Amino acid sequence: MTDDYPKVDRVMGGPAGWISIAFPAVLFLYFLGLLPQIVNGPQVHGIDWVPSLGVRFSVLLDGLSMTFALLITGIGTAVTLYSARYLGQHPQYPRFVCYLLMFMVGMLGLVLADNLIALFVFWEVTTIASYLLIGFNADSAKSRRSALQALLLTGTGGLVMLGGMIILGNVAGTFELSRILQMGDMIRAHPWYMGILLLFLAGAFTKSAQVPFHFWLPNAMAAPTPVSAYLHSATMVKGGVFLMARMNPALGGTDAWFWILTIFGGITAVFASVMALRQTDIKQTLAYTTLMALGSLTMFIGAGTHYAIVGAMTFLVVHSLYKAALFLMIGIVDHATGTRDATVLRGLWKAMPLTGAAAGLAALSMAGIPPMVGFIGKEFMYKASLGLGGFGAIWVTVMIFAASALMFVTGGIVALKPFRGELADTPTPAHEGPWPMLAGPLVLGALSLFFGLVPGVLGHYLVGPATHAVEGEVHEVHLYLWGGVNMALILSLLTFLAGWLLYRSHESIRARLAAFEARNPIDFDAGWDRVLDGFKAFAAWLTGLIQTGSLQRYMAVTFSSFVVLVGGTYLIKGAFGDGLGLATASVHPVQWTVLALIAAGSILVVWTHSRMTAVAAMGVVGIGVSVIFIMFSAPDVAITQLLVEVLVVVLVSLAMLRLPYLPRRSRASFRAGHAIIAAGVGVVTTFLTLSVLSTPFDRRLTTFFETASYPEAHGRNIVNVILVDFRALDTFGEITVVAMAALGALALLRGTARKKES
Amino acid sequence: MQSLILTTTTRLLAALLLMFSVYALLRGHNLPGGGFIGGLIGATGFILYTIATSEVEARRALRVDPSNIAVVGLGIAGLAGLSAGLAGEPFFTGQWLFLFAEDGGKGLPLSTVLVFDIGVYLAVFGGILTLVFALEEEI
Repeated sequence: MTDDYPKVDRVMGGPAGWISIAFPAVLFLYFLGLLPQIVNGPQVHGIDWVPSLGVRFSVLLDGLSMTFALLITGIGTAVTLYSARYLGQHPQYPRFVCYLLMFMVGMLGLVLADNLIALFVFWEVTTIASYLLIGFNADSAKSRRSALQALLLTGTGGLVMLGGMIILGNVAGTFELSRILQMGDMIRAHPWYMGILLLFLAGAFTKSAQVPFHFWLPNAMAAPTPVSAYLHSATMVKGGVFLMARMNPALGGTDAWFWILTIFGGITAVFASVMALRQTDIKQTLAYTTLMALGSLTMFIGAGTHYAIVGAMTFLVVHSLYKAALFLMIGIVDHATGTRDATVLRGLWKAMPLTGAAAGLAALSMAGIPPMVGFIGKEFMYKASLGLGGFGAIWVTVMIFAASALMFVTGGIVALKPFRGELADTPTPAHEGPWPMLAGPLVLGALSLFFGLVPGVLGHYLVGPATHAVEGEVHEVHLYLWGGVNMALILSLLTFLAGWLLYRSHESIRARLAAFEARNPIDFDAGWDRVLDGFKAFAAWLTGLIQTGSLQRYMAVTFSSFVVLVGGTYLIKGAFGDGLGLATASVHPVQWTVLALIAAGSILVVWTHSRMTAVAAMGVVGIGVSVIFIMFSAPDVAITQLLVEVLVVVLVSLAMLRLPYLPRRSRASFRAGHAIIAAGVGVVTTFLTLSVLSTPFDRRLTTFFETASYPEAHGRNIVNVILVDFRALDTFGEITVVAMAALGALALLRGTARKKES
Repeated sequence: MQSLILTTTTRLLAALLLMFSVYALLRGHNLPGGGFIGGLIGATGFILYTIATSEVEARRALRVDPSNIAVVGLGIAGLAGLSAGLAGEPFFTGQWLFLFAEDGGKGLPLSTVLVFDIGVYLAVFGGILTLVFALEEEI
């Protein structure tokens, strides 16, 4: 993110800045205060939201949601503090703060929700906030494309997931998570289990960017750096992981769950680690390491053993701490030197010692070197993978070994290389960052060290309760730094060795990867564009097919559909009834006169060669109909009909004045075809009306309105009372249509008028 | 085409139609009429004036842009529905006030239902006139 915007004079972002910092900070302290209660067991609070649909706004406070809530508010405080300095003078900083706080509320709602529907709503809030934040630099076409890609991909996944939620809600008979999570055995045995699982995973995999839906996440780095640190590494992308962890007691533990999650997670982890080596932009490198972390988390939640869940929950905290710190660090370096290119940056240590210290702590944790907490996370993951048994053990161990070794390399590239050696020339001379930007990475880095030295605190307050929540049952969790000489330790040492060897040759590896990438025909990002182009082409084809632009064609299609569908149903169902021989004797001579008038009007419409005469004749038909309404004492309908007929004649005549003169199409076949359609409509409508009249009239509604109108709605005119009181919502919809249709017609007419002028 | 007879009678008729439209609106709850019909009658008055004089003249007489009238009507109708929320009742529950009501009678009934009907009146009136003015202009 460059500084080429007009600066606005604000100290720490002005009031918007202070509000944005205070909001997460206060919430963080609040959640910290609740923590000791949650350690003892989960809590559920809630209020009804849409009771008729079983939607409640209820909150499930357990170890998992608490861990996430603390990460969201804690890292949120660091990020908002950082942003106030980083973007505080941006002209649109207040807007940025709005988006960021909207995201924060959405994310907190997502992790705290105890109701599936509420969870979905907040899930979508985070998607929309992410869209707005990725596209914050709206001047750039790349930002806009990335934002739209993220929105469409995660939004589609979310909708698919909603399908899974609704099915699950029906299977379980409730949308309350705290109850669903206790019905695991019933849900797993249900015939719809597989469908529910796949639909849920579609949401989780798109949100957490698992292969093959991974490509939106590196593109999302178009967002300002604090956003990348917050949404696209520490919190939002873990939404999918959260969902899988949350649903584990209900959906987890089956073979399908194990294999889908470990295979997709493993492939994502290794693919992302290799891609991370390929990048030269440090921010892109970090984006791919985030993918690696998400893949590992998916893999271990899938593995599902006690150690796997402990490993996943530990790594979840570990990753959020170091990754947010590294992203924020990159922002400082970018701000200070004007570049993020790993091949350019050298020797920053002397100019930026504090940044270097933060980067070092975070990178040590990422590489998994003791005594950092990252080491503990890695140890537990090894321990878990070795304990799986069968082919699963080999698969997960190999995947996690490869990913960890590559992580070690990336740690070196990101945080060691830019700081070592002689200071290199950069676009702007390197200098230390200001304290609001340094505070976050330093504190997060220090926490990585603190939790490594005192793992008991992390285990007791966060990982332990979170593991209980994911497993759905209580097991003792004991985190330790030194577990004696065992297989996991030996694997760790081998990881360091492999990582060190790879680091020494990483530049040649990068060159080879770049060469391979140039020849690789599989490009998901370009494939995405092709999918979108396909949709657009399909829409264009369909529009061309249906919307021919010829009014005659539309009318012909509409009315012949009416004849075929209604008439066909009529014939198939044989719904002729008994009353078709309706007695003609009851027709009064005056009514015969009116009917003759209507018939004469109809004939004139068909006969005449003048449009104006046809319009006027149509008016005669309409007025005849309204006279019939008056005869059958329906004054309200008659008045409306009469007025509408008058207005239609006026409006259509006015519109006629604007029509171009066209030679009359009087081909015999053309007129014959339309005559058939018209006759068909007439016949079908007549039969329909007669058979409706021949069925006994259900007076229940009429009786209700007759009796309720005056006492309850204080009106004697039932028609009006229905319109403005009993069915006011319908009327509101109708007048909305009236107003919108008028505005739409206005726009169309003005548009054509302007075209004529030019 | 200007017709002296039409312009002269229109001055009288348009005013009558407008008054009658308000009458139809207000009596609607108990007798044939109401916002929809009232709005149509009122629009007819202005359409007559438009035909007799011109669209520009009619706009001048109306003073306000008809599309604004339609949208304001929509807003009034929506607010009338929302006002039920103040009483803690569901959307569009009618709220009533009976002024000068004496034993058994309903006095002068005022209600959000009437406000809603006024909104309907304005939406229909404004919507139709938006269309007619747009079709009449520049020909």
